[in-house]
This record gives sequence, structure tokens and C-alpha cells, in this order.
Amino acid sequence: MKSRLLGSTMEVDGQSTLSLREFGCEQNLLSRPDGSASFVQGDTSVLAGVYGPAEVKVSKEIYDRATLEVVIQPKVGLAGVKERAREQCVRETCEAALLSTLHPRSSLSLVLQVVHDDGSLLSCSLNAACMALMDAGLPMGCLFCGVTCAIDPDGLIITDPTAQQEKNSRAVMTFAIDSAQRRVMMSSTKGSFSVNELQQCIAVSQRASEKIFQFYRDSVRRRYSKTL
Amino acid sequence: MKLYANHRKNNKKKKKKKKFTQVHVVYQISMAAGFKTAEPLEYHRSFLKENCRPDGRELGEFRITTLNIGSISTAHGSALVKIGNTTVICGIKGELASPPNDAPNNGYIVPNVDLPPLCSSKFRPGAPGEQAQAASQFMADIIESSEIILKEDLCIEKGKLCWVLYCDMMCLDYDGNLLDACVIALLAALKNVQLPEVSINKDTDLAEVNTDKKRRLNIAKHPTASSFVVFDDSIVIVDPTAEEESLSTAMMTVVTDEEDRLCMLHKPGGTSLSGEKLQDCISRAVTRNREISKLINTVIQSVKTHK
Repeated sequence: MKSRLLGSTMEVDGQSTLSLREFGCEQNLLSRPDGSASFVQGDTSVLAGVYGPAEVKVSKEIYDRATLEVVIQPKVGLAGVKERAREQCVRETCEAALLSTLHPRSSLSLVLQVVHDDGSLLSCSLNAACMALMDAGLPMGCLFCGVTCAIDPDGLIITDPTAQQEKNSRAVMTFAIDSAQRRVMMSSTKGSFSVNELQQCIAVSQRASEKIFQFYRDSVRRRYSKTL
Repeated sequence: MKLYANHRKNNKKKKKKKKFTQVHVVYQISMAAGFKTAEPLEYHRSFLKENCRPDGRELGEFRITTLNIGSISTAHGSALVKIGNTTVICGIKGELASPPNDAPNNGYIVPNVDLPPLCSSKFRPGAPGEQAQAASQFMADIIESSEIILKEDLCIEKGKLCWVLYCDMMCLDYDGNLLDACVIALLAALKNVQLPEVSINKDTDLAEVNTDKKRRLNIAKHPTASSFVVFDDSIVIVDPTAEEESLSTAMMTVVTDEEDRLCMLHKPGGTSLSGEKLQDCISRAVTRNREISKLINTVIQSVKTHK
């Protein structure tokens, strides 16, 4: 049930090229969670598992919707402040996409295990999260995908950068794009940049999201073509 | 909601018939309070429809921001900021340490945001919650991205001695828009920092602190944050109160510096936003930067003249 997207290039505005690393995704690979997925972007790899809807602790119960809990486990060591900030980003993005009002007073938990980090980790986590939620069959209003853009010292925009490219760049931005209107759901940036550069990066991310959603579609189709 | 609408209709009819009495006014006010408690979202919507907010502000209007510099005499630098009811105090303490191995001519800046149970019933005692940790990380990211202080300026002797600036921000009263208040408090406190002169004695190889001579930090950039929340996927309002934050569908914080460059566009999820709305928010953030720079300069001037 593995599917792969080979690295491909596309011209954007004639000045920067849109290239994504080789993508890979496998759904339903763990037996215990209600939904699971592993997502690979080049050498970056994240494993996601979803449990729920299940019973919720009384202290965390929300009367009109489900409580979503996101845990990010780093590759080595304990989760720190950085993981907490990432968890917040992933959780609020998933909350906006999920139709959690359909499961009031219940709990959903999403666990993301970083397998390897070679740049664009937040976007890979978002993609893994979306695939796992899909695999769990939870009702969603729209899908979402994560795209990371880096601006190198020459002002070129690199999509899906490696850790080395991120280190050399002067700004890194990660966006979550929704599948319904291709708008920005989540944004997390590092480094300083002009408004024009931001708008360009958003436009590039929206283009890249088309490819990623197509990849989602292909990998799900491939998966069900075997079972149906 | 429908029930309430009918109720109000009947009420209006009564109004026409009866004379306006004091009892009636009290009844109306308690009704409004009841409406607010029972249907908080509808209550806010009814104001937003008229392009205003329950506290009388317009959609793009910040609450009154006040600033006090040098509030803590025992710290090297400090500032107290109030945005409406939200109060944040920032104290900066400098300590000496040896520079990091991978960057021997750098110093450290360590920000920390504390949300004690005192400031809101939302926060429990014990280990810092997600919001406090995310806010601390946000402040660290701003310091890194905006280069508010060049870390080389904190180095005293390459590979031997440098300053560590512990920037502790504590919220005393939480009424929304924590991040904006933290950024102003940090910037004002950094401008207030006076560090004693330190030199290394060549003979003994020990640090000597000269407390008579003090120097100020060189602030390279002046970032300020502006927070927005989205109501019903479309209405964007600035500087939310705690209640508006809890009812909103998305939050966003834009950080700009004095050259109108963006240092941070932090939107931790929520409903999506169109490009035009984003552009409006950035323009508002740019004007806010001017307002805050003016505020900080006036306060620093007034502190100087009072001495």
C-alpha cells in the first residue's frame, strides 16, 4: 500500500522553480490505532497514529465537540518547548479541518513520531496528520497539506527544503493550505522578509499544494484499488 | 435564539404602551447580561454587524496601551505594559557565563513567559501549560528572527566570557492579546537595560565588574506584534479580549520591524484567511509599529527628564 511521487520540477513566475523532493506515503500500517500513516518527504519521515473517537476525561470534556489532543515525539530525547509550539500548530489546523461537532464529549488523540528530520519537518508532520485522520475515517470539512518554503540569500524560493538548505536560507516559512479554497490555514515563519516575498511564497505554496493534493488522491486511489 | 427574538418583540410592544420607568431600565440591562451569558457568540455578532464591539471599540482599534519603564529596581532592566486590562511585566537580569562552544563570540538571550494562576482561572498552578510554552517559544523566535539585539554585542571576551540576558515576562492580568503585550514589554525592558562594565584581568584571568560605569544595550531592530482574531470565518478584528479570543475561529499575530519588514507571521491554525485580508492585517501591523515606537520614545524621554 505504498505510493510514491518522484521529485519533479515546475516553473513559477519564471524566476523560481517549484520542486518537491520524492514523496512517499503508507496508510494503515499500524494495527492498534484507529488510523495511521507514515509520510516521507525526501529523508524527512514522520509516523502518525490516531485514536478515537473515544471516552474523554471529564476535565477535558467539551460539551459541543470532540477534544483533540496532539502529541509530537522527537526522534531523540524528550519533547520540549519547540515540540509544544509545533503541537499547537498541528492541533489547531486539525481542529479547523475536522468536523468535531459530530462527536461531542469524546476524545481524539493524534500521536506524531518523528522518524527522521531532514528539513520541512512541520509540513511533513501536517501531511502525516492529514493522511492518518483520513485513514481513521474521521469526518472532515476539507483536507489540508503542509508546504515549507525557504528564501535563499539570492532571493530564490526553495520549496520543501532540506535541513542544509533551511540552515543556509535567510527565511523559512511553513504554511498549511486547505483543499477547499487553497487558502492559508496555518502559518509559521522564521527569519525576516518583505511583504512581497511573503505573497510570493504563499502563491508558490498554493501551487505546490495542488501537487500534494494530487499525491494524496493518487495514494488513496492506489490503496483502495487493491481492496475493492 | 429565536425564543429570545420573540421575547424582545413583545418587549418592544410593551414599551410603546407603558411609560418608561426605572424598573424597565433595570430589566433591560439584566436582559442584556442574560443574553451575553446565554448566547455569547450571538451577543458579539450583534455588535460586529454594526461594525463595533461590546467595549465600544471599532474593529481595527486597539485598547489603550500604557507603558511604565524601570518598574523593578533590582533588575537590570524592566517594563510594565498594559493593553486594556491585560498586564505584562518584564524583568531582565544579566548574568555572566562562558559563550556557547559553536559560537564563541556570541552571548545568550533566554526569554520565558509565565502565566501564573493569578492572571486567569484558565491557568492552573504547576508546570507551565501549552499556551505559556508556546508563548515562550514565540518570543525566542522573534528574538532570533528580528535580530532585536546582535548576539555579538553580548560577548565580553571571545570564547571566555559573555552576558546571558534572562528576560522573564509575567502576566499579571490576562484579558487577551498576551503576545502583543509581551513583545512591547520585552522591547521596552531591553531599552531600559543598563549593564555594568566588565573586563578580564590579564594577570589573574578573573572577571572584574565595574558597577560605576554602566552601558546600555544597542537595540538593532524594533519589532512590534499585532494580534488579530477571525470571527465566523470572515470578520477580522484586532487586539482581542480574552472573551473574543475564546469565541473566535482563528488567531493570527503579525510582527513587523521599523523598516516594515515582517519578522513573523504566526497563525497556529484555525479557519483559513484570504490574501486580501492578510494584506489588510499587515498594513494595520505597520501602523501599529509606528504608534508603539512613538509610545516607547515618549516614555523614555519622560523618564530622562524626571531624573
